[in-house]
Amino acid sequence: MRIKLERRPSPSRTMLVVTPIASVIVTMLIGMVVFDLMGIDGTRAVKDIFLTPLLLSYKWQDVALKAAPLIIIALGLSVGNRAQVWNIGAEGQYIVGALAAAGIGIAAGTAGGFFVILAMVLAGILFGALYALIPAVLKTRWDVNEILSSLMLTYVSYQILGFLVGGPWKDPNGRNFPATAPLAENQSLPLLFSGSTVHLGVLIALILPFVFWVMMSRSVFGYQVRVVGSAPQAARHGGFDAKQTVWIAMLIGGGMAGLAGALEFTGALKAINLGFPSGYGFTAIIVAFLGRLHPIGCLIAGIVLAVTYVGGQVAQTSVHIPNSTAGIFQAMMLFFILASDILIRYRLRIVTAAKPVVAGE
Amino acid sequence: MSLDFIIAAIITVVGLTTPILLAGLGELVVEKAGVLNLGVEGMMLIGAISGFGVTVMTFNPWLGVLGAAAGGALSALLFGVLVLSLNSNQVATGLALSIFGTGLSSLIGLSFVGRIAAPFGSIFPASLAKHPILQVFFGYSPLVYFALIMVPLVAWFLKSTRAGLILRAVGENDHSAHSIGYNVIGVRYAAIAFGGAMAGIGGAYFSMVITPMWAEKMTAGRGWIALALVVFAGWRTGRLLAGAYFFGILMALELYAKASGFSFLPSQFWAAMPYLMTVVALTFISSRGNVGASAPACLGKPFLP
Repeated sequence: MRIKLERRPSPSRTMLVVTPIASVIVTMLIGMVVFDLMGIDGTRAVKDIFLTPLLLSYKWQDVALKAAPLIIIALGLSVGNRAQVWNIGAEGQYIVGALAAAGIGIAAGTAGGFFVILAMVLAGILFGALYALIPAVLKTRWDVNEILSSLMLTYVSYQILGFLVGGPWKDPNGRNFPATAPLAENQSLPLLFSGSTVHLGVLIALILPFVFWVMMSRSVFGYQVRVVGSAPQAARHGGFDAKQTVWIAMLIGGGMAGLAGALEFTGALKAINLGFPSGYGFTAIIVAFLGRLHPIGCLIAGIVLAVTYVGGQVAQTSVHIPNSTAGIFQAMMLFFILASDILIRYRLRIVTAAKPVVAGE
Repeated sequence: MSLDFIIAAIITVVGLTTPILLAGLGELVVEKAGVLNLGVEGMMLIGAISGFGVTVMTFNPWLGVLGAAAGGALSALLFGVLVLSLNSNQVATGLALSIFGTGLSSLIGLSFVGRIAAPFGSIFPASLAKHPILQVFFGYSPLVYFALIMVPLVAWFLKSTRAGLILRAVGENDHSAHSIGYNVIGVRYAAIAFGGAMAGIGGAYFSMVITPMWAEKMTAGRGWIALALVVFAGWRTGRLLAGAYFFGILMALELYAKASGFSFLPSQFWAAMPYLMTVVALTFISSRGNVGASAPACLGKPFLP
């Protein structure tokens, strides 16, 4: 008896939806078993990481704040991934976006209000997009692999951040600590509910998936991205410019990451220090895949990943496992989703006869 | 500039270079086989904790090195199963491996926090290893010499052996290699396991030599520098060695600028240099289209027979 892979006539829509859900469930089950084997209360750990943040209403705002940047970055990245453009430097574009917003804030001095905040956020989008344009230009002009160049630029961005917050932008009243001065009230994003920490960025993160959904399914650009990604040769015959697609995909990815950085800075953190890079740009890649590169999928997956972040902190105090343990679960979800990709295009058939399988097409 | 200063500087540079040289050599072989494994940082961390764990439990650093290699190789094989047998996306899987390795090493490391082992230092007699001048040659951990020996070995393997030729063929044109009858998937599994073992040993340099203890995320992003190094070197072993020492010098300058607080450029400039130089080198390599120093043609692409 052996298992044979059989190509499906068309990709399975059922598997497209079922596999992400199954990945989350299998991750939880395996997590329970592995933790128990390690002598940690597995049921408690998995419950705290995946369910407690949803069950306790006072944890919801934490989840919303974590989910917002993940969703926004993942939306931009999924456009690129659909066009087979691999921007993995979203973390750097996120940082540069936040720095741009901070720069505008500092330049504005004590001025504030709607237009200053708007300028800060727009600067975040612009500079995030420009930072992503570097790999795009290198790719279209000199055929430089964008995976490698965008990743390298992320590490450069850490140093730009370190230089700015440790030097020219250092808070003069900050006891020599490398950080920008905390934002004044009139330069911060408004809160959605007074008394909470939920800021306007969360609302933007809830609206944008629907905007992207319409854009990707109704516009010529959305069609172009899908064609360039799935059938590059057909795209050439259809008159779609591959270089233009790379540019736009990178600009959208960088712009969204920059937006997320600017919102995180003006809405949540209010200051930039060396701990600002939190890996959202990398985790958003998981979100994009777990969401099957679909805008609404990104919204749901962003919330799931945010739950594991918040849950990881809960488990840290309840069962005393390191915070980064949540990363094991995040990676496992991605492993399973990637492993199950094959089920979309192929079906498994159990062959009982010992007939040799003919290799090749 | 005194002689003492120069000797101390050389020893610092060697210490900074060795982990990225080890991990870079492994990744070079993986990429030559046409696979891009972005999980180097995760594999290094798994190697760091397994090497340290085995050393603490057996009191034998040599077994620790074996443990580090095994830990790195095992985590690499997890990546291998996904990208080779299940045809998953290499970029996403590699990133997942990095996140996974960071988390798993922290979890395993829980029971080793606060424990210390004897540093895996020089095995030469103290008269040589601690000699004020000769320590430049004899004062290092065996892992340093291992890394230096592996450079010509890997070069020889890739260039002059039949297996190395097959590996390069698999990376340059997987379909042709397959049609001549070579086992593309098998070769890639072997390359990935080797890459993982080398990254694991590179990671163990942190937990067994530099500071013989365990700390979360102790490899501090060097896995990504190792990835940059392979690209910077244009996928050539000789340049990898030169590049590793060049990056090592830049990292030492960063430390020096930070520690002394005095330099004509901020420490961040030196820290950013390896990455900027890599982008420049990559652009140069890609635009010239030089066959000998360009990326393996099948790099990052899945193989479907």
